[in-house]
Amino acid sequence: MLKGKNAIITGATRGIGRAIAMKFAENGANIAAIGTKPGEASEKLCSEIKALGVGCIFIPCDISDKTQADKAVETALSAFGKADILVNNAGINDDKLLMNMTEEAFCRVIDVNLKGTYHMIRACIRSMVKQKSGRIINISSVVGLMGNAGQANYAASKAGIIGLTKTVAKEYATRNITCNAVAPGFISTEMTDAMSDSAKEAALSGIPMKKIGSPEDVANAVLFLSSDMASYITGETVRVDGGMYI
Amino acid sequence: MKEKIISIIAEYQGKDASEITSDQTFADMGLDSLDIAELVIQIEDALNVSIEVSPELNTIDKLVEYIESK
Repeated sequence: MLKGKNAIITGATRGIGRAIAMKFAENGANIAAIGTKPGEASEKLCSEIKALGVGCIFIPCDISDKTQADKAVETALSAFGKADILVNNAGINDDKLLMNMTEEAFCRVIDVNLKGTYHMIRACIRSMVKQKSGRIINISSVVGLMGNAGQANYAASKAGIIGLTKTVAKEYATRNITCNAVAPGFISTEMTDAMSDSAKEAALSGIPMKKIGSPEDVANAVLFLSSDMASYITGETVRVDGGMYI
Repeated sequence: MKEKIISIIAEYQGKDASEITSDQTFADMGLDSLDIAELVIQIEDALNVSIEVSPELNTIDKLVEYIESK
């Protein structure tokens, strides 16, 4: 589905980002994997991707820093010539009730999740306008739609991503650049695996499908939105949540 | 430089260069902000310059003056 395409994926070494990177590679895309620092995870990812017969480079970058984001995109463009797809997946959380949430904790989550997404789009959009094509997929969250106690910073950042997505979609629609969001619900990752059984049960009770989603469920939606099958879809937020937000 | 910019805009709009006048505003040429952003990218590449887009740079003459002043 993505044969010969080049994709930049942030937060690519773990969890959902890793599943997206692998899914894209299985479908023929070259991957510029962005993560905070090189290590065993990035090496393993690149080696698994290259074994599929496509290109992969790892680029260390703190996307909350504009200079680093610009440099990362420049490195990806130098390596692959152009960027067809940008997946903004990198994100952090720092959960506390709002009354206990420091300004620093609020801003840090906004800086990585929302401002980082802005930095990456800003860095890529010029080349996409020039080539008159592009696919941007931003990973939001159902929490950005419904809110969640203890996640004021995270929910605000993920809601902001939806507004950003719609605006970018409107601005660049005439340039054949689509911008969509994917809003995962309760997905099995290192973070959710660490939850207690009772917390998991409480979360499951709010999901009509009564099961946790997998990173691959999210990757499938991102793959679809990145493909030619979604060429007339822009500004949309696709929930991958087992019905959590119906 | 002015001729190069005129030729880029003419090609972008599918017009003859003789139809473009350098004191006409980009808005009067029928160019919106995204058209201008796209043209600026082309002009930057063609002339190897960096242009900070602003509302004041609204004609070819002003654009030429801006680039020459850099």
